[in-house]
Amino acid sequence: MGSATTAAATAVTGHPDSAPAVDVRGLGKRFGDLEAVVDVSFSVHRGEVFAFLGPNGAGKSTTIKMLCTLARPTAGTARVAGYDVVASPRRVRERIGLVFQDQTLDEQLTAEENLRFHAVLYDVPRAEVDARITRVLDLVDLADRRTSLVSTFSGGMARRLEIARALLHTPDVLFLDEPTVGLDPQTRVRMWEDVRRLRDEEGVTIFLTTHYMDEAEYADRIAIIDHGRIVALDTPAALKARVGRDVVHLATADDEAAATRLRAAGYEVQTPADGVDVVVDDGEAPAAPIVPALDRLPVRQARVRRPTLDDVFLHFTGREIRDTGGDGMSFARKYMAARRR
Amino acid sequence: MTVATAPRSAVRDGFSLAAEARTAGVVWRRELIRFTRQRARIVSGLVQPVLFLFVLGVGLTPLVGETGGVDFTQFMLPGVVAMSVITTAIFSGASVVWDREFGFLREMLVAPVSRAALVVGKAAGGATVATLQGAAMLLLAPFVGVRLTPLLVLQVLAVSLLMSFALTAFGVFVASRIQRMESFQVVMQLLLFPMIFLSGAMFPLTGLPAWLAALTRINPLTYAVDPLRRLVFAAQDVPPEALARFGTGVTLFGVRLPVITELVVVAAFALLFLTLSVRAFGRPE
Repeated sequence: MGSATTAAATAVTGHPDSAPAVDVRGLGKRFGDLEAVVDVSFSVHRGEVFAFLGPNGAGKSTTIKMLCTLARPTAGTARVAGYDVVASPRRVRERIGLVFQDQTLDEQLTAEENLRFHAVLYDVPRAEVDARITRVLDLVDLADRRTSLVSTFSGGMARRLEIARALLHTPDVLFLDEPTVGLDPQTRVRMWEDVRRLRDEEGVTIFLTTHYMDEAEYADRIAIIDHGRIVALDTPAALKARVGRDVVHLATADDEAAATRLRAAGYEVQTPADGVDVVVDDGEAPAAPIVPALDRLPVRQARVRRPTLDDVFLHFTGREIRDTGGDGMSFARKYMAARRR
Repeated sequence: MTVATAPRSAVRDGFSLAAEARTAGVVWRRELIRFTRQRARIVSGLVQPVLFLFVLGVGLTPLVGETGGVDFTQFMLPGVVAMSVITTAIFSGASVVWDREFGFLREMLVAPVSRAALVVGKAAGGATVATLQGAAMLLLAPFVGVRLTPLLVLQVLAVSLLMSFALTAFGVFVASRIQRMESFQVVMQLLLFPMIFLSGAMFPLTGLPAWLAALTRINPLTYAVDPLRRLVFAAQDVPPEALARFGTGVTLFGVRLPVITELVVVAAFALLFLTLSVRAFGRPE
């Protein structure tokens, strides 16, 4: 049990700053014949905001569940906050904060009662509980709702309260699984401001999953996951630079024919749903040679675009991210259940 | 990094009874808070037993008649206390189905605490709430001519606590098997009423046809209802002919079980379902 001894020693002495907050080597999860996660390796630095970006069903949730010790890996290893998720699940759970896609608050309790419950489960020293509650409620701007029943909260407020609760026991790593699903755009922006502030003020490492491209921009680094594998991992800027070149987007009378002709002329062409993307070295000058290559096919619209994360995703996965919002069903169910109660 | 976290986990190294007790305690407190916020549940929990005692009990009294100063309502009182305790306890345990549906179960299950502490806390919470509901039924005793002594009240509370602890654990286990809210009502109807009808809460268990007697003997509630009635009768001046008429005591293979044996059966039932519940919630994916 060499690794357990090392873990115990680290717990007493505190972690060296160099140890990664999350360290994953060859992680895999198989459900029968289905390989949900395949040979995933990465590490997250302390104090980093790290995003897992991928469509629904790509393996994001399965990975996060393994890191949170809620699912057992079938291959590889993962260490979170210095502890192995299989050998010391309880240690890991003490060190992490969790916010799930679905709400996990008791609506019949007040905000403060929910927090006090959590404080006991996570063994927050009694002398510190009041100060921590005040602190985390301030962080998410809910101080004035401290004694309100959670059933009176809006969806955004409830989510913020969950984040506050996840921070109550000063975790090393905060896991947010699709934290903005089901929230309106304004609340989502607000939520991201909160997340950045948490990192700056609490020094917590943040690991989140999302299938919204625009949100991944807020992260320090992004791992793109597709069909259970990491297909790219870098900062948003570096990922865009790797996709590299600018794109001329065309809408033509016959996109399929246009793509064929452009390919024949030696252009690199991608075909999103709404037109043809021609990859060029410099977006400022290039429109002129493209037009003859189209061989008089009418162009309805043309515009030059710098790479975005959507392009990055398309580049690495060969398709566009599907914004299907897989959470809609469970929200509806919850609503029905609430009415029946 | 905040300093506060560093030294703490060293304390959590092994099993800490204090930590387990704190966890069970906070789960227990949550059950009580929720109970006090559900006025409708309290009222509906009181109405049904009152109906049984004053409508069914009084209604059947002319038919059953009186023996040695004891009539059917006095026979029914401990049964009604038991019914109140049973219903409240099973529903408390089964509220895990709601906890699952509304997500709070997850908050509990991912915490770095033992499943046993969570289940014990839940069972203790359900037991407290159910015992309070049962105790409320004792307030009806004077109206049906049952004399309460301080000792009797304590005895009834103690038996109620044990019984409701067992039934809440049973309810938690049943709830752990139910994934959908829709199935919940059905399962409850299929379990609750037969268990109450076959427990001796509503009619004496003596002189029954063999098949019915057998069913009552395998119902664990039988061993909780009988001690309640024996304790209540022991505190009254019940003549032997009335005791015979309203047959107290459960006979198993021709042996009349002492109260203590009956309570051991209930305790074993509690332990069994406590263990099963802990195991049901212990599996990772």
